[in-house]
Amino acid sequence: MNLFKYSAPSIFYPLAGRLATGFAIAAVLLLAIGLYMSFFVAPTDYKQGEGYRIMFIHVPAAWMSMFIYLVMAAWAAAGMIWRTRLSSMMASALAPTGAMFTFIALWTGALWGKPMWGAWWVWDARLTSELILLFLYIGYMAMESAIDDPRRAARACGLLALVGVINIPIIYYSVKWWNTLHQGASIKMSESGGIESSMTEIMLWTMLIMTFACWFYTIAVALTRVRSIILERESKTVWVKEMLQQGEK
Amino acid sequence: MFAALKCIIARDLTLALRHRSDVLTTVFFFIIVVSLFPLGVGPETDLLRSMAAGVVWVSALLASMLSLSRLFADDFNDGTLEQLLLTPQPLALIVFGKILAHWIISGLPLVLIAPLLGLQFGLGGDALMMLVLTLLLGTPVLSLIGAIGAALTLGLRGGGVLVSLLVLPLYIPVLIFGAGGVEATVSGMGAEGHLSLLGAMLILSLLLAPLASAAALRISVE
Repeated sequence: MNLFKYSAPSIFYPLAGRLATGFAIAAVLLLAIGLYMSFFVAPTDYKQGEGYRIMFIHVPAAWMSMFIYLVMAAWAAAGMIWRTRLSSMMASALAPTGAMFTFIALWTGALWGKPMWGAWWVWDARLTSELILLFLYIGYMAMESAIDDPRRAARACGLLALVGVINIPIIYYSVKWWNTLHQGASIKMSESGGIESSMTEIMLWTMLIMTFACWFYTIAVALTRVRSIILERESKTVWVKEMLQQGEK
Repeated sequence: MFAALKCIIARDLTLALRHRSDVLTTVFFFIIVVSLFPLGVGPETDLLRSMAAGVVWVSALLASMLSLSRLFADDFNDGTLEQLLLTPQPLALIVFGKILAHWIISGLPLVLIAPLLGLQFGLGGDALMMLVLTLLLGTPVLSLIGAIGAALTLGLRGGGVLVSLLVLPLYIPVLIFGAGGVEATVSGMGAEGHLSLLGAMLILSLLLAPLASAAALRISVE
């Protein structure tokens, strides 16, 4: 079987529809199980009480926010190397979801920080670099919407994603070193030290299920979005017109 | 090949000399922004001294970002840029020449005026020296990274605001180590590490930014 045939939007479109439905169902199921476990099954943490439960959404969201940027850059790179239309469409379909997870990670982090550290926000290395990641996503989406020609938008955004992905480690380490140089904040980060060392097996499983729920959600949403993008960009082609006519009948 | 580089630099410098007000606008913007901070936070000398490096650096970031729109826009509007794209010389080299000229026009004046502003904030001799050094290493990086953003947003509506959104997050490492170096000198820690990292960023961006800007220009002009 030649997998490359799916790089043609007209062949990928129905496949994306089937996959999106499957992943959406899986995401809903896992989310239901994961949320039930995180609220009712996972035991109360002896140090942080009930408040730690926010981590079951916070940690997967933070992982997703970083990982989606990498996947986006990989699609952008593929789009630049092979000039496939679908690759750049996938990259732009992922960006809003990535930005959403970045925002969720920041928001839940603030909600967690208030009772645990006594502050909504501290200029910690991880928080700061997550904020900068949000800026990168917003810049990507802003540029995409500023360019009218979709082909130029795809290539320009691809280049921007690649420049961003080279810069992410540089930004991360400079923020980290900046933070260690300014030992001003009296709050010690012990997010990982506090919980994960004492994390019970059931907590670990809950986290894993929630992570997969976020994964499947991302895939389902990105595929649905890419279907819309395909229809929008290929609206002049024969297959889209034929499909729409058949749909009307 | 290097004749083309020299020609581009000489041309851009001549053009800038004919429009002196452009250069002066950037410098005065820099001075005004720096002067706004004491008015905003109060005139206490200790406070001002502790934030001097950050204020000067943030203002330098903003000033160099403001001048980015001029980097390719004029050439794009009068068609020169298309001619440059058609020349047999490598586009990355031409772009490098333009960036270098842009830095001499808009970055170097900031470096030269910075000690005077640092003096206003009560910085001592060593710290002033370090401020100049970090700016000397850092402002070329700003021009180089900014060129990518300027090339990507060429001819777009609202390009000026967009370029700040794209470029400012990428400026953050330079800001951290530029301002950090001055602060380390003030607190007596020594700033060799900061200078080395700034130098590393300069080398890396010298290598990659002209290539990326050239690719971006081809996308934008196509």
